[in-house]
Amino acid sequence: MDFSLSPEVIEFRDEIRSIVREFVTPEIADRMHTTGVFDAPELNLELGRRGILERACPGLGKGDPIEMYVMFNELEKAGAPYDGLAVALMIAAVVNKLGTDEQKERIIPSIISGEALVCMGYSEADFGSDVASIKTRAVKDGDEWVINGSKMWTTLAQVAEWLILLTRTDLDLPKHKGLTMFILPMNTPGITVEPVHTLGTEITNATWYDDVRVGDEAVLGGENNGWRTMTTVLAFERGVMGGTNAGVPLLRHFHEWAEANGIFDEPTTRERMARSVIDMQVATLLTMRSAWIAASGGMPGLEGSMTKVFAVEAYQRASRWTQATAGPAGLLQFHEEGAAGEGFVEYDARHSPVMSIYGGTTEINRNNIAERHLGLPKSR
Amino acid sequence: MSVDLGLSPDQESIAELFDGFFSNEAPPAVARAAEPLGFDRDLWNKVIELGAPGMGSAPENGGGGASLGDLVVVAETVGRSIAPVPLVDHLAALSLLTDADLVAGEAIAAVAVRPADANGIWSLVPTGAVADVVVGVDGDETVVVRSAPPMSGPRNHGSMPLADRSAREGSRTVLGPASLFDAVLDRWKLLTAAALVGIADAAKELGVAYVKDREQFGVPVGSFQAVQHGLADLPVAIDGGRLLTHKAAWALENVTDGLLDWANNDITDGPALATMALLFAADAAVMATDRSLHYHGGYGFAEEYDIQMYYRRARGWSLILNDPTTVSLSLADRLFGSVEG
Ligand SMILES: Cc1cc2nc3c(=O)[nH]c(=O)nc-3n(C[C@H](O)[C@H](O)[C@H](O)COP(=O)(O)OP(=O)(O)OC[C@H]3O[C@@H](n4cnc5c(N)ncnc54)[C@H](O)[C@@H]3O)c2cc1C
Repeated sequence: MDFSLSPEVIEFRDEIRSIVREFVTPEIADRMHTTGVFDAPELNLELGRRGILERACPGLGKGDPIEMYVMFNELEKAGAPYDGLAVALMIAAVVNKLGTDEQKERIIPSIISGEALVCMGYSEADFGSDVASIKTRAVKDGDEWVINGSKMWTTLAQVAEWLILLTRTDLDLPKHKGLTMFILPMNTPGITVEPVHTLGTEITNATWYDDVRVGDEAVLGGENNGWRTMTTVLAFERGVMGGTNAGVPLLRHFHEWAEANGIFDEPTTRERMARSVIDMQVATLLTMRSAWIAASGGMPGLEGSMTKVFAVEAYQRASRWTQATAGPAGLLQFHEEGAAGEGFVEYDARHSPVMSIYGGTTEINRNNIAERHLGLPKSR
Repeated sequence: MSVDLGLSPDQESIAELFDGFFSNEAPPAVARAAEPLGFDRDLWNKVIELGAPGMGSAPENGGGGASLGDLVVVAETVGRSIAPVPLVDHLAALSLLTDADLVAGEAIAAVAVRPADANGIWSLVPTGAVADVVVGVDGDETVVVRSAPPMSGPRNHGSMPLADRSAREGSRTVLGPASLFDAVLDRWKLLTAAALVGIADAAKELGVAYVKDREQFGVPVGSFQAVQHGLADLPVAIDGGRLLTHKAAWALENVTDGLLDWANNDITDGPALATMALLFAADAAVMATDRSLHYHGGYGFAEEYDIQMYYRRARGWSLILNDPTTVSLSLADRLFGSVEG
């Protein structure tokens, strides 16, 4: 095996690092925690301006999965708010693969310039893991589609320009077959956005759709083909767009604080820290493997599930022990005097639980691994 | 030079060859028959015919010149089969030793993984019961000692051929300062980690096969989600352990002045990675054998079933260097700098 990045990728990584140094300031981190929007427009614009988003987007530019992994890994390790960017790039890739020429021209440039974000409306109040059972309806009316229903957890809907929306278009077909995906501007009449506040400061949304009218130009990937479009979205994510090294900045913040307070010499602390460093390294190697499989022409869907199960629990373990080790100081929030790790220790204890929930829960991922990797019978 | 996380075609062949060899010549019954000593001379003779003992040695010394990555592949097959031959220890010792009879495998070498005590005794040397040659640290020197193996040792959890050996009695050669031994120990950690990945992999296979076959309540127990989820963690730990082990091999062989930048998760320091691989693979092997044994129900506890042999070796091979806390603290020193005072 070879674990070295090519000179070209190293140059790319160094460019990302220099952008990170310039744009990922403490003010940006602060802003994400006060606004609840995990996105940094100035960072996106800079990456867009330099052609990096186009270069990294699968199917466009270079579309090298190793570079995509490197980019999001660097952003994540630096503690940058990159969630908005990850979703937008993923959807740009899907539009590029499944969209019509007209859709590609209309939608993609706004994303790869770093200007437009996309929000995802799949989950509903009553359907999360069983997302293929969603009830939001799209009904044909002449040349138009009329959409009615509601979505839950439509993150970034308050700032996004585009919405990708999973609907039911045929009630007679089996649940996976009667779905259609739409992509439409968020300012289309009939859409209402209500904030949902979360434990981890991020503000997500409930969204309502009342007689939202769009034409066929909004259908993405074909009528009643929504499940295939969904699968394509997930395949592009491939577990390489961040979400696997969240513990790295936490360990850095914790260490700085522990050193300054003279508690880093404790053997228990050092042992736990060493263990978490191992975990983070394994998490990144698993992520890199998905990227390598994709770069070799494979589809690392299952490997993505495996990576996520491991990486998320590794982060949660790190969060648990750092907070417990910090004791009372681990309870103090950002900007409070004496807060462990400048408040990140407390924050990560609030943020880490979501990681095993969104984007497919750990149980759903374990089901995947058991059935598709171990070949065990469908579970009961 | 760029990312390639697959085995090379050569390594695929090596894995196939050794997996095939061990499953023919060393099914678990062979390991069982070799207990408690944990050594089978006939099997070792067949390993010699394969050319395995010297495969990592330099061609000019009569060896096969295999890369560290190749040796990792071989060590994993040893773990998968729990074959009662000291190939892992021998290959590690030969990073420093070039004697013709060692390269040929006619004599067996062991690594004294912990330094000799004040009386010059290396305690509980893995493979010490059967090795003709032991390499290790005595005081501030790396020494190699040839002496007659006791061919017996304390009965132990992992049915390993352990024995105390003298660093001073026998034919003793001083190879250099104690630091010379670091490279041997790094290689020992690396190959032991690979063997532990192999143990974990075999335990997973045993568990999965069992739960597909065993029925309760009229269905395979492997259809129960609680059982599935316990098993689903295993391939993750195994793949993670394998990647980390190969990264350590790559770094030990290709990287000088590797990075220890843990704060940015940028680590290419071979010795650190070898220790990380050992700790991680040990956990993987312990978890895999725990769960696999458990999902066998009562039969997992029966001596007649093979999983218990893997269970004991997972602990034996991972604890013989030292307790994991001590090993982790040595890693912490390398990563974070040692504690002053
Ligand atoms: C902060 C946040 C942001 C999000 N952003 C978005 C977004 O932008 N767009 C979007 O569409 N969605 C989003 N989601 C929704 C997310 O994808 C869902 O929460 C997730 O898929 C789980 O669905 P659920 O919440 O309905 O839980 P449920 O599906 O009700 O699950 C409840 C529990 O049951 C377990 N469970 C369910 N099914 C099984 C099974 N078959 N086997 C074993 N256990 C099972 C689950 O693992 C979980 O522990 C977001 C969620 C959060 C919290």
